[in-house]
Amino acid sequence: MLFTSYSFIAFLAVVILLYYVFPKKARWTLLLVASCAFYAFADYRYLFFIAVTALSAYFAALRLERLNNTQKEYIGKNKDILSSEEKKRYKEEIKKKKWRLLLLCLFLNLGILSVTKYTNFVIANINHFLSDASKLSPVDLIIPMGISFYTFQTLSYVIDVYRAKTSAQHNFFRLFLFVSFFPQLVQGPISRYGDLSETLYEGHSFSAHSFSMGLMRVLWGYFKKVVIADRIITGVTSLIGSPEQYKGVYVFIATMFYAFELYCDFTGGIDITIGIAEMMGIKVAENFNLPYFSKNIKEYWNRWHITMGTWFTDYIFYPISVCGPMLKLSKWSRQHLGQNIGKRVTVYLSSLAVWLATGIWHGAAWNFIVWGLMNYVVIMASQEMEPLYARFHKRFNVSGKPLYEVFQIIRTVLLMSFIRMFDCYRDVPLTFRMVGTVFTTFNFSAFTDGSLLKIGLTGADYIVLLAGFVIVLSVSLVKVKVGNVREYVYENSNVLFYVLAALLLIMTVVFGAYGVGYDSAQFIYNQF
Amino acid sequence: MKELLNILLELHPDVDFESCDTLVDDKILDSFDIITIISEINDRFDVVIPAEEIVPKNFNSAEALFSLIERLENE
Amino acid sequence: MKRVKKIIFAFVIACFVICAFAFLQRLVMPKYQTGIVEGSMIEEYYDEEVPHEVVFIGDCEVYENISTVRLYEKYGVSSYIRGSAQQLAWQSYYLLEDTLRYETPKVVVFNVLSLKYDTPQSEAYNRMTLDGMRWSKSKAKAVNASMTEGEHFVEYVFPLLRYHSRIFELTEDDFVHLFSKDKVTHSGYYMRVDSKPEGEFPEPMPLRDYTLGENAMSYLDRMTELCRENGIELVLMKAPTKYPHWYDEWDRQIVEYAADNGLQYLNFIDMRDEVGLDMSVDTYDAGLHLNLSGAEKMADFFGCWLTECFELTDFRQDERVSGIWKEKSDYYYEMKQKQTSELEQYGELVSFGANAVKD
Repeated sequence: MLFTSYSFIAFLAVVILLYYVFPKKARWTLLLVASCAFYAFADYRYLFFIAVTALSAYFAALRLERLNNTQKEYIGKNKDILSSEEKKRYKEEIKKKKWRLLLLCLFLNLGILSVTKYTNFVIANINHFLSDASKLSPVDLIIPMGISFYTFQTLSYVIDVYRAKTSAQHNFFRLFLFVSFFPQLVQGPISRYGDLSETLYEGHSFSAHSFSMGLMRVLWGYFKKVVIADRIITGVTSLIGSPEQYKGVYVFIATMFYAFELYCDFTGGIDITIGIAEMMGIKVAENFNLPYFSKNIKEYWNRWHITMGTWFTDYIFYPISVCGPMLKLSKWSRQHLGQNIGKRVTVYLSSLAVWLATGIWHGAAWNFIVWGLMNYVVIMASQEMEPLYARFHKRFNVSGKPLYEVFQIIRTVLLMSFIRMFDCYRDVPLTFRMVGTVFTTFNFSAFTDGSLLKIGLTGADYIVLLAGFVIVLSVSLVKVKVGNVREYVYENSNVLFYVLAALLLIMTVVFGAYGVGYDSAQFIYNQF
Repeated sequence: MKELLNILLELHPDVDFESCDTLVDDKILDSFDIITIISEINDRFDVVIPAEEIVPKNFNSAEALFSLIERLENE
Repeated sequence: MKRVKKIIFAFVIACFVICAFAFLQRLVMPKYQTGIVEGSMIEEYYDEEVPHEVVFIGDCEVYENISTVRLYEKYGVSSYIRGSAQQLAWQSYYLLEDTLRYETPKVVVFNVLSLKYDTPQSEAYNRMTLDGMRWSKSKAKAVNASMTEGEHFVEYVFPLLRYHSRIFELTEDDFVHLFSKDKVTHSGYYMRVDSKPEGEFPEPMPLRDYTLGENAMSYLDRMTELCRENGIELVLMKAPTKYPHWYDEWDRQIVEYAADNGLQYLNFIDMRDEVGLDMSVDTYDAGLHLNLSGAEKMADFFGCWLTECFELTDFRQDERVSGIWKEKSDYYYEMKQKQTSELEQYGELVSFGANAVKD
């Protein structure tokens, strides 16, 4: 059930209606049933995988919490008897137990994730080294929808309990709802248990305000997805599908189109998710903060797919950075390689791990791994050049000047967009070649010879896209100024708010690229 | 505390660490800075800050960070 | 007070949205007024003011081949053709159900060609047949039976969802006929006066299985049953045109079916001479469909046969009905005149048929 299918919209209407009909205490059970139904609708076998993940997390977390409590009680009770040495030893012992349990849980869940998602990738790579006769054939595995998202979300819960940052959920079904909450199952955001559980289980009274806000956000999401993303995708696919024909300027156009498409598709989908939750009074974490207004790549990654970024920071970057061997290595390199380099070794290695993982997480292909590494290289390079930048800014006194900021923003968008082309073209060498043609083939006639009307987009499509771009850009600029655009409009004039909502609905229905002749593109983040 | 302030000032000479209590929330310290701080602390105070203690609450001000160090030293 | 104000406001907004959608839907729905007019055929029936004792049901083999006006003028038979492009067996059945909601004819004539199709065929033809149908249980069932892959029921309920992208392809017709449509048929008959002699048809392909589809035949069964229940005489016909090819094996099955169910079956392919058809002048598209002269010959023959076999009212004696049929005749001759003069002037029709479709 895609967000943009009629069945999903009908499903959603029923769920939200029932949510407010149900007695408050039972509302979360309705959400659980709805989530299971949503998932089973895609493929009932998926339920098995997600249930295994939820069960393992449930029991692991209970046990971890018990160990935490045992430790606390024991030390609390024997505070005066135990020497600090004994306390330390006891803690170590408990920690070892917890660690083993955590590892088991991680192995199980990451195991399921890797086997379902990456087996064929591994086979393809092994085959590279085998003779034709002994080649392995790919296996037919089902990849549960949204497995990367729910696995990460569930693991964050287990780790948080391990770290005693949150208490364990004692009701399995409640935990299962956290794992499977349907609006965010397919493409995130990756919520933290501590945040989501605050509003997920409690039955909320109907509030016209939060319902309207949520509805507006859902409409805005659909507008971006259906009117813009699903329209421009046709052009992107044509341009990328025939690399021999579309070089140079076309690659640049494809890059820009894809940047626009991905932004509208992904942020639109997240708007729908968060909006749906908001209509039921549930607060889901934000996943974007105007990423295309970032002034450098590091900032970009703090504003794009935020919940994934913080996940990698909290659960991979920090643990690796502060683990024993890493600290030792850091000390050693500072002694032997000098303060300057030594200091960076940790950051470099941990970041490398993070970006490799990010690449692999995005997809089972070398394209994504290279994409991750490219991000790594660019971030590290800009980190290295920071002193240079600082001197440049000081010398020319451009820092904070609007024009210079626009330059920085455009630079960042361009850089990110080109790196992203690795998840577009068929393979890595082709991507390098194609991006290379941008600097060698100056076929500017592309703009005038009408060939852009032959990539599946008509003049009318371009007009809609241009209007869409202006609307999205204006809303973003307003957001920079006022923060929450919906609240801002509502406070100033709630008549205007509802009129805008009505117009948004009408525009989406009329100008949306859906229906016969249009094959609604699957969510790009679906299988991640 | 002075030692700690030195570490922080080496990183960001232009920040007033004694009064600022939104170092993480306002993105003055990013993850790279935090790692550098942790390894410096490990070096000079002989205290290991475990991953689970890396939360905004502990890094938002120099004071909070210092009390974290003290707590870990006492454990 | 504040609450009341809020409710009124919500109501106003809702009305605004509904009206906007209703207007836009009307605007973007194809009007089928010029060139491809087949999409208008089904809905024209609902404006009828005369009773019909004979109703023809089927695809282009009925609506292009029988002149209803001629039937009336010569025999006083008041008839209607509920036909549309590639109207499939189940669509014909549900259109019969639909017709029975308004009147019960004495005779229903069903053209059997569509029995060759056992599954939904084309979205475009579905639309031309079903969009014009008024909402009823029959329509809902017809839609469900007809949808091809990728079609959605909700898009029939709200055609705006289907046609919204036409907002960029609007033509003059869409504005001119926003609220009113012109008649395009003569009681369901689609007129063409031009002529193009029957040519050679490709050799029919041998089929793996000549059995008419189970699904299609089941609707013929239901049609038979429905007519029996309502005391209607069902007549089966096969139009005199030879393409698409009507296999002998199919014909035998229909002959057998008619015999088993006590129905009359007229296969006009074998009766061309009796009807007096001369396929070098009586067809406008090289033998696929009849032109006006062919359709009038068919009406001459069919009317004679119908009045002999069944007791039909001579509506020429009925003042009210004949008055309305007089108007129909006038329109019929007016169109004939217009087509003839176009033919003389340009050598072909310019404001009818494919030539009239503006790109």
